Amino acid sequence: MDITQNYFEFLALPVTYQLDLQALSERSRELQKTLHPDRFSHLSDRERRLSVQYTAYLNEAVSTLKNPLSRAQYLLKLKGFDTFSESQRQLDPMFLMQQMELRESLAEISATADPEAELDALRATVEQELRSLREQFDKYYQQSTPSSFEAAAVCVRKMQFFDKLGREIEALEDQLFDE
Amino acid sequence: MAYSEQVIDHYENPRNVGKMNDQDDNIGTGMVGAPACGDVMRLQIKVSDDGIIEDAKFKTYGCGSAIASSSLVTEWVKGMTLDQAQELKNTKIAEELALPPVKIHCSVLAEDAIKAAVADYKEKQAKKQ
Repeated sequence: MDITQNYFEFLALPVTYQLDLQALSERSRELQKTLHPDRFSHLSDRERRLSVQYTAYLNEAVSTLKNPLSRAQYLLKLKGFDTFSESQRQLDPMFLMQQMELRESLAEISATADPEAELDALRATVEQELRSLREQFDKYYQQSTPSSFEAAAVCVRKMQFFDKLGREIEALEDQLFDE
Repeated sequence: MAYSEQVIDHYENPRNVGKMNDQDDNIGTGMVGAPACGDVMRLQIKVSDDGIIEDAKFKTYGCGSAIASSSLVTEWVKGMTLDQAQELKNTKIAEELALPPVKIHCSVLAEDAIKAAVADYKEKQAKKQ
């Protein structure tokens, strides 16, 4: 095991966006077993410290790769495009307009006759958009040119907005129906 | 994280929330967003024939600091010339609202929004001629 390897290598998985999630959880379980602290109880402090480090790296790797958004961001980072820490970027005004409208309809949902149905419809829209952005991301990423990575980064930025919208839909749902 | 009193004031009583018709020639609309936090901001200005900002409206979906930053900008730009509005600096906004370092990007967003609104208005005027 080597924590200088990237997350994919560390987990012995192919570096791809179309990640086999089943394989991810299997590999993670196998590694967790070999890293279990009980197995190290007879070892030196240094070795135990290493095992803690490996476990932390493993957890980080699994949570990053499991989520489709952070997996996309991580793949781009491996290619030198850091979308994790950027805050301001020029974005397509039409896209922002659509985001604005979607947020507006979310804000108005609790006042509609059937908020549950409206929420479901909005969630379906968000999921559909995310699916299509993930497909586009994968296509651009595979083209593997500087301009296609830039296009893939645009997909990631858009995913971030839909991700946020998805979380807000969930929050509103909890607020409206989980009392 | 605790918000400053100024942020809370703008957050609880946002000034100039609303929408103006972005098809009108004398309206400039700026749309900006921050991918990292998923915030979106729309800032609009209404400009008189002699180039003074008569009115400003905003709508922001985001955190308290982003709402406060855009609310403050709409207050400030009323009565300004386009050039003055374009020179508005995020540092002034951050200072006025006592934004902590992690929220500075919200003031940058508001600066970008007013710049985009002025640019949109100028573009419309250029097209007319």
